[in-house]
Amino acid sequence: MTTDMTTPPTAAASCAAAAPAAPAAPAARTGRRAGRSGALAVVPLLLFTAVAFGLPALAMLDGAFTTRDPATGATSYGLGNLTASWQGAYLTALVGSVKLSATSALLAALLGLLLAQAVVTSPLRALREAVLTASGVLANFGGVPLAFAFVATLGNSGVLTRRLGLSDTGWNLYSFWGLVLVYLYFLVPLMVLTITPALDGLRTQWREAAQNNGATHRQYWQHVALPVLAPSLLGGLVLLFGSAFAAYATAAAMVGSSVPLVTLQIADAISGNVLIGQENVALALSLDMVLVAGLVMAVYLPLQRRSARWLA
Amino acid sequence: MARLTARPTPATAPWRALVLAAAALYFLVPLAASVVFTVDVPGRGVDLGAYTRILDTEGFLPSLLLSLELAAATIAVVLLLLVPAAVALRLTAPKLRPVVEVVCAAPLVVPPIAFVAGIGTVLKWGPEHLSRTPLFQTFVAVQNPDFPVVLVLAYAVMALPFAYRALDAGLRAIDVRTLVEAARSCGASLPQALLRAVLPNLRGALLSASFLTLALVLGEFTTAQLLGFRPFAVWIVNISGSQAQMSVAVSVMSLLVTWLLLLVLAGFGSRRTPSSTSDRK
Repeated sequence: MTTDMTTPPTAAASCAAAAPAAPAAPAARTGRRAGRSGALAVVPLLLFTAVAFGLPALAMLDGAFTTRDPATGATSYGLGNLTASWQGAYLTALVGSVKLSATSALLAALLGLLLAQAVVTSPLRALREAVLTASGVLANFGGVPLAFAFVATLGNSGVLTRRLGLSDTGWNLYSFWGLVLVYLYFLVPLMVLTITPALDGLRTQWREAAQNNGATHRQYWQHVALPVLAPSLLGGLVLLFGSAFAAYATAAAMVGSSVPLVTLQIADAISGNVLIGQENVALALSLDMVLVAGLVMAVYLPLQRRSARWLA
Repeated sequence: MARLTARPTPATAPWRALVLAAAALYFLVPLAASVVFTVDVPGRGVDLGAYTRILDTEGFLPSLLLSLELAAATIAVVLLLLVPAAVALRLTAPKLRPVVEVVCAAPLVVPPIAFVAGIGTVLKWGPEHLSRTPLFQTFVAVQNPDFPVVLVLAYAVMALPFAYRALDAGLRAIDVRTLVEAARSCGASLPQALLRAVLPNLRGALLSASFLTLALVLGEFTTAQLLGFRPFAVWIVNISGSQAQMSVAVSVMSLLVTWLLLLVLAGFGSRRTPSSTSDRK
């Protein structure tokens, strides 16, 4: 009994004593073995992504560069699809997507900044928490339900359209500006989430220092606050652009194809709604989208790192 | 307002109130109007029919069940793939971290619609090139409309970036190595240490990864529609033509459910880090 009682402390003590004195060799050996089993734990993830993500990505690349001769049915590699994706209706759709995304991203960045500043400077803590939580929820909200909520509100037979007689004023939800209005619903909260940490990072001392040196409100913003915020603002803007550019479900459920968008074009081509044999052009368009999204990430990540420097 | 001691700058108060009121209007009106739209039948007054008929509507239960099954399978796949990998990165294989981070961020660069285009192309290889090989059966099996495995694969890929970020944040908050060493020195085997010391400490991160995946799968439309399957979101769009009120009613319901899930998640997030929020002035 007594030995049992004493065993654990002794074992622990010996263990503790042995630990610092333990020769490096066994540690290194177990380390290497553990390293190998650690690598084994990562392998399934890598294999899965290679198949479920790599295969479609490769298929897209392959298809985007494969052209099929309509007469002979022979295939060859070339830039035909990519050049086709930069012409005619496809170009219109690409430009339309860029215009829509840029417009809604700019507006959302501006409005999001205003809202975030209103919340950050507000003395009400509960308001801040509520807006941030709601933003977290709304930023994830898009797709079909969002489209239907707006159709029910401002669509042709929507509640507000009928009550306020908006159709007489020429209002049309299924248009460019209608889509912008809907996109703002998830872009503004996204901007609030992105910019709030940066606004929190603006120290009161900076404003006080500027004021002590005789700076006006405007000079403070122009020379202190905006330069510090610039990376976060730009980063947020780019993120919003990418988010709007990739959106499909909202537009598909809402406007059908009355607004030319690259996502709608791809969907049409995939489901064979247009000319047969345009599938590879759809893949080329997809590649265009990936390039744009890659560009967005390449701009966003360095900006984010830069703004993180001020928030530390 | 009066009892608040923090210094409100009176000069800026009007613009703040204006901005907040405009935001509240913009974000609340569509929701309120949607509810009005579903209960207010022109010429008949208030009618809750759109809600009471949901259950009887053809296709509702099968599509919802399909979505829930897909979500469960996707969560299982994502967690089974990510948890061992993320723990191993902390524990024994830190050198692989850049690889895993790139792999888990890559889906962000490929918009869903482009991803679907790629998947569709791969699926066409089945009938075009492999119809005489045993692989063809696999291609048929993953596209079984009763349970499309291909959607689980696609959703798992799309959920990877978010789930990885959630798990990584959870792992950063605990010292995995010390936990495991402590458990090992108390005589636990490595699996025991992982299962009974590390996983329970990751509960919050596991939950948030699962919630994010669930929200993603329940709302997903692009992939399912273009590959020709009919889970919940696709069903809503399909009935919207003939039963506009019902589709809005179901949208409102699904919204509320998704928001509830995300709010629960946000609650978990803020409860786990009370110090960081209360420290801020």
